[in-house]
Amino acid sequence: MPRVNEKVSYWMLVLPALSIMVCFYILPVLGIWEIAFTEPKAGVGNFVKMAGSNAVRTSFVITFRVAAITTVGCLILGYIVAYAISNFASRLTPLMVALVILPFWVSVLIRSFSWIVLLGRSGLVNDALMHAELIERPLRLMHNELGVLIAMIHVMLPFAVLPMLTNMRGISGIYVQAARSLGASEWTSFRQVYFPQTLPGVLSGALLVFVLSLGFFVTPALLGGGRVLMISEYITYQIQEFLNWGLGSALSVALLVATALVLLISARFVNLRATLLERK
Amino acid sequence: MQVSAFRIFFQTGAWLVIAFLVLPILVVLPISFTDTSYIGLPKEALSLQHYANYFTDPDWLSATWTSVWVGLVVATCASALGTAFAIGCWFLSDRAAMVARWVLITPILVPPVVQSLGFYRFWVQLGLIDTHFGVILAHTLLALPYVSISVFAALSNLDRNLPRAARSLGASVMQTVWAVVVPAARPGIITGFIFAFIVSFDEIVGVLFITVRNVETLPKMIWEGIQDNIDPTIAAVATMLIVLTLVATAIGVLRRS
Repeated sequence: MPRVNEKVSYWMLVLPALSIMVCFYILPVLGIWEIAFTEPKAGVGNFVKMAGSNAVRTSFVITFRVAAITTVGCLILGYIVAYAISNFASRLTPLMVALVILPFWVSVLIRSFSWIVLLGRSGLVNDALMHAELIERPLRLMHNELGVLIAMIHVMLPFAVLPMLTNMRGISGIYVQAARSLGASEWTSFRQVYFPQTLPGVLSGALLVFVLSLGFFVTPALLGGGRVLMISEYITYQIQEFLNWGLGSALSVALLVATALVLLISARFVNLRATLLERK
Repeated sequence: MQVSAFRIFFQTGAWLVIAFLVLPILVVLPISFTDTSYIGLPKEALSLQHYANYFTDPDWLSATWTSVWVGLVVATCASALGTAFAIGCWFLSDRAAMVARWVLITPILVPPVVQSLGFYRFWVQLGLIDTHFGVILAHTLLALPYVSISVFAALSNLDRNLPRAARSLGASVMQTVWAVVVPAARPGIITGFIFAFIVSFDEIVGVLFITVRNVETLPKMIWEGIQDNIDPTIAAVATMLIVLTLVATAIGVLRRS
């Protein structure tokens, strides 16, 4: 039976990548669940401790708040760029696209470093403001949520722009033209005709930014200066400072479950397949 | 059409947002030429001392070299595995293949700290902590989703009748894959290779967990530099990386247009 043989040979192509992913990635991540329920002793003790801890609750609240504000910020700023790129054709359009994609390729570490240079106590922004005698003492622009948010929006913005851009490029202009020729103002035709068509792109962007922000580590750790403890940083503290594997793993499980819930709920509104598997 | 307030809002808004995206990154440029030994704008004159420092410091150079060769090995492994995977799934295109595709992209969704914890515990058991092989393995797993997504994107334009024709003319499965499907996937493979290299070259959280002293990558040096003492050498390194990125992006844009 040639058909069966053929299937076997396609599976031979699939299996190497799939099996190392299962053995060396899926299993280790599942191992965290085991630690959470067994260390230091078997049972749900770590989760009870987690639920009773004010510090953990604060950390979860901060994480969701930062992720939510980052998402909203990225959507608003990203929408403006994506709209301009896809609706006003000009010679500069390719340059605009390139400038949006460029930061995407620059290391997150370097971008966070740039923000530290700008926002620090004696950073360039404070220096300039003091020099201009607009302020007397340096403003606190980082080591607080403001700094984390500015840098997070900067890092996540391309993730919001790209799905919206893909979506908007597929929208035909004739509906807006029809609305305009029937007498709708530019603003009305945007709000009632164009905007609803862009919702799939907006939701894809929102999902990507929110999920990535929930688990983000580098930028909050560097810009937060230990004062804006998002879950990821809280976990590393538990593990690296206190060697508290049980609690750290329980928090990891909670973060994983939270991420999975966000994905499951958004599956009702967002085409996950298009957003995650068929990106670009 | 006359220029409306609506249009002005979006157009100037877009340029302002782009300025917000691009300009903050460029601040490292003047900083890298500072004549001071701390982070700040040049005081009296421009100085190349921080570049000199990078090029004479064996630690910076060896970390760069490690990141480059590890990244190339990772990109090669991930491209080979990910391309075979995507091509197999493309042919199968059934439920099982769909599940396999979801499994392969989990590293994009799982928070970096969580997966690094998992690596740490498992790598201890396997004796892979603080080894180059351990880093290469971890980075290959993290890079696989990007390769498989970009190869799949390239294959979405391929007519399914072409491999069928090849088969009916007597080509074996592997001949068909090699002569018909791989050439069609080539742009995706190249993109995937570049993505995989960058994923590895940039990766920090995993490396912080699974290496100690023996494996020192460029991101780890930068991370430690930012944490301990902010040394303008980081600005010099950052500037060089940004210039490389600019050049690569420019080549990409020119090639496409």
